[in-house]
Amino acid sequence: MSGLIGKKIGMTSFHDASGKKVPCTVVEAGPCVVTQVKTKESDGYDAIQLSYDDKKEKHTSGAMLGHFKKAGTSPKRIIREFTRFEIGHQKKLGDIVSVEEFKENEFIDVVGTSKGKGFQGVVKRHGFKGVNDATHGQHNRMRAPGSIGASSYPSRVFKGMRMGGQDGNRRVKMINLQVVKIFPEKNLLLIKGSVPGPSGSYLILERWM
Amino acid sequence: MNKGELIRFAEEQLTEKKKLPVFRAGDTITVKYKITEGNKERIQDFQGIVLQMSGKGSYKTFTVRKISNNIGVERIFPISSPFLDDVIVNKRGVVRRARIFYLRKLRGKKARIKERRR
Repeated sequence: MSGLIGKKIGMTSFHDASGKKVPCTVVEAGPCVVTQVKTKESDGYDAIQLSYDDKKEKHTSGAMLGHFKKAGTSPKRIIREFTRFEIGHQKKLGDIVSVEEFKENEFIDVVGTSKGKGFQGVVKRHGFKGVNDATHGQHNRMRAPGSIGASSYPSRVFKGMRMGGQDGNRRVKMINLQVVKIFPEKNLLLIKGSVPGPSGSYLILERWM
Repeated sequence: MNKGELIRFAEEQLTEKKKLPVFRAGDTITVKYKITEGNKERIQDFQGIVLQMSGKGSYKTFTVRKISNNIGVERIFPISSPFLDDVIVNKRGVVRRARIFYLRKLRGKKARIKERRR
């Protein structure tokens, strides 16, 4: 596996060689710093810890300052661990992982936090149809869930019954997204189609071998 | 660099720069548009009056209107389209607005646009 932390910049589109319009998302990916290398001997498992996006020293706790100092880097905002980083990798503490970790036209997975929609009813949250009649005795039931169970047996509502609640603002992973283009000089990555979350939100990019 | 600059950078890298003449609403232009029939490619002309320019960056388009067999025909061309071969400005017109939709309601002599002279 190979991974990177990035930031969603926004969307654009361009015409490919055949003249088709390709919608794509611009992602600023890396450069990330290796802030810790975990090994089986010392930690029980193999992993690499990457950090991304500078933050001010005064906003960093003393303990974290020492952690970043060990890697010889400025304090970072986002820290994520990547397990099973390419077998036989030569990543050392303080190494910089850049967008060149990925190649054009290969497929990656993107993890983000979806846009928050607040407390939503079942029609928006679970795709219920609601009541399809505006007449025949309906007046305030148009988007109601309907029955949520039977009567004296089982005398309760089953666990996991789909109801209203918080929608969005959760971890979403999209798999097999195509990398269209890479601009290493600006750390930019173009991904075909859309990715979860609002512009400016953080993303985790992964490629499994 | 802020977000807009980064997106603009990506757009500039992906779209090849075309040298099109400057034109605006009210101008009469001929659009040379590439058309593939089977595996043959030819260039089709579309001559008419520019109604509006819309969008920006890689989404920029312009609308051209002409009267064909007494029926008004409008076509929208994306500026970044690789099929857009060339634009020739035939006449520059004097109009007071950026979008001249009022032209759709006018016919014959009333639909004339004064030519801009310099």
